[in-house]
Amino acid sequence: MIVMDQETEIQILTASDRDRGLQLLYQMKLIRRFEEKSAELYSKEKIRGFLHLYVGEEAVAVGVIQNLTADDNLLSTYREHGHALARGINPGSIMAEMYGKVQGCSRGRGGSMHLFDAATKFYGGNAIVAGHLAMAVGMALASKKQKKNNITCCFFGEGAAAEGEFHEAMNLAALWSVPVLFVCENNLYAMGTAIRYSHSVVEIEKKGPAYGIETEAVDGMNVLSVQKAAKLAIEKVRTAGKPFLLVCNTYRFRAHSMFDAELYRDKSEVEEWKKKDPISQLQNLMSNQDIISLKDIDEINEKIESEVLKAVEFAEKGTWEPVEDLKKFVYSEARI
Amino acid sequence: MNTGNFIKITYREAIKQGIREALQKDENIFLMGEDVGHYGGAFAVSKGLLQEFGSERIMDVPLSESGFVGAGIGAALSGMRPIVEIMTVNFSLLAMDQIANNAATLLHMSGGQFNVPLVIRMGCGIGRQLAAQHSHSWEPLFAHIAGLKVLAAGTHEDARGMLLTALDDPDPVIIFEYTFLLNKEAEIPTTAGAVDITKAKVLRQGTDISIISYGACIHKALDAAKELATAGINAEVIDLRILRPIDDSTILTSVKKTNKVLLVEDAWASLNVSSEISARIMENAFYELDLPVQRLSGVEVPIPYPKHLEDAALPQTSDIINQVKKMLQYG
Ligand SMILES: Cc1ncc(C[n+]2csc(CCOP(=O)(O)OP(=O)(O)O)c2C)c(N)n1
Ligand SMILES: [Mg+2]
Repeated sequence: MIVMDQETEIQILTASDRDRGLQLLYQMKLIRRFEEKSAELYSKEKIRGFLHLYVGEEAVAVGVIQNLTADDNLLSTYREHGHALARGINPGSIMAEMYGKVQGCSRGRGGSMHLFDAATKFYGGNAIVAGHLAMAVGMALASKKQKKNNITCCFFGEGAAAEGEFHEAMNLAALWSVPVLFVCENNLYAMGTAIRYSHSVVEIEKKGPAYGIETEAVDGMNVLSVQKAAKLAIEKVRTAGKPFLLVCNTYRFRAHSMFDAELYRDKSEVEEWKKKDPISQLQNLMSNQDIISLKDIDEINEKIESEVLKAVEFAEKGTWEPVEDLKKFVYSEARI
Repeated sequence: MNTGNFIKITYREAIKQGIREALQKDENIFLMGEDVGHYGGAFAVSKGLLQEFGSERIMDVPLSESGFVGAGIGAALSGMRPIVEIMTVNFSLLAMDQIANNAATLLHMSGGQFNVPLVIRMGCGIGRQLAAQHSHSWEPLFAHIAGLKVLAAGTHEDARGMLLTALDDPDPVIIFEYTFLLNKEAEIPTTAGAVDITKAKVLRQGTDISIISYGACIHKALDAAKELATAGINAEVIDLRILRPIDDSTILTSVKKTNKVLLVEDAWASLNVSSEISARIMENAFYELDLPVQRLSGVEVPIPYPKHLEDAALPQTSDIINQVKKMLQYG
């Protein structure tokens, strides 16, 4: 286990943390590199439509999803490449999806905003803000009714927490006492609307208790803190069969989408947050304490580079769905 | 660029000019919507307006479509003239209860005591590879609701002027703005301002067939008509403009002239605006027709992400040309 000294906020690692640390670093770096590549491919018009990058927020997906079991359900937003990668969906099938190829995880029908994968119980890729929160409650309700031991984990932004659907979902989850983990990624902005313009109470963690939901806020730029908090939260959700709200305070380094001119925030603010980059934080922590060497880092970087190139190659080689199949998947093929 | 009595502007600029003019004209008018202020508008339509008019007049609102549309209705009931922007039609369903149950009914339920002078603008339109949840054509849904006036701004003049007339209307008006057209330039009169919001418009005179459409689709219809002209086919193109209440007379006049009708729209075929127009033509001009009214509509599938499938799901200019030729048994 990675030990964290809460009081001094200094995290102390032991040699036995090495593998765990390397894994976290690998996952965060994979997401970062994958998304940088995606941005590049967007400007080459290989990827079209909307593209929302997660750069800066990697610690949240990686820190939380680590603690889920294969049976747990996961729902996310349109900013979900990180969650999909952390969940273990094949990078090639994610990239192919963003290309719109049949080999994509949603057969190319969804694109960047709609990654779905039944094998990993990844239920999107949901692009109507807050629309998936109630679905998450329903999935948890089903687990309860079927006496299953799995939980449902639902990611959303702080902007979503202003929607009525957030409040309805919170109330239902608590009222019905269902095993759902709500993870609010508070990156301080909903498109260009700063949190102070969208929430009368900006501490999202104050909203959980109003519904009787146990809540914790955590430094979302620190993967170890996220991991620790998520582990505890998930244990509670699973054993008590009750909802939990985990607020991860984080920041998106890049624009909201590829169309955003970022008129609403100062460059200096972004630069300030970049000092808390979750990847360099972990990397520095580990190298300062001699847990990893430069060679380790080089190896990770190389492995990721080839993994991402492989994904792009897979997408490039993918094929287009024949136009004759346009009307597929409007209704299920099975008939009663 | 000013060329005599005309000025060349983008569709985006046309909308913005309309909003500015409205805000300058009446202190009670204010704009509210997600990201209209600090972000500059999701499509940069309201860029700079926050700086010009201040945060009392240009209000950023939280993600809460039902809440702020409801608040717009309330403000309208209490003497203000809100312009409520729903970023895109795709998010309007969250506000549908407020629109259908409050905005559209209050006048009637109150026995004529309370009217709702509210204008709702929303971006809409397909064709940008935004996939199913962001590619809805909900015009028919709104056009179905008694108590609303529903406008589709397919041209720059309408993008510039519909808002101004709508703001003078005592009842709730929905304006659809087509994001596909935002960067498109066109010339409009330097004097452009408020436009009529009761009549459809013949955009191109013709004698052989009436192509009737609305929104961004009219440009496909116009392109098709241009192409058809080179083949000696003289198509009339009508922009419906007003989807509720529908202007029958412009349509029927055209039908009587051409005796053939092709209806074109992006929305799914079953129960779309064209269904209604077709029914009205049957009811009122059946014996004027040389052949059955034909429709080109969206294929009934949630809009897929890849370009080739998205294109295949929507009526294209070439489809219009082929359909017209078929109807005229050309060649
Ligand atoms: C219901 C709805 N309204 C508006 C939008 C347009 N929109 C997409 S993302 C977004 C901001 C969401 O912010 P937040 O929930 O904080 O998530 P973030 O993008 O910051 O991750 C908006 C307004 C939408 N997709 N759905
Ligand atoms: Mg946010």
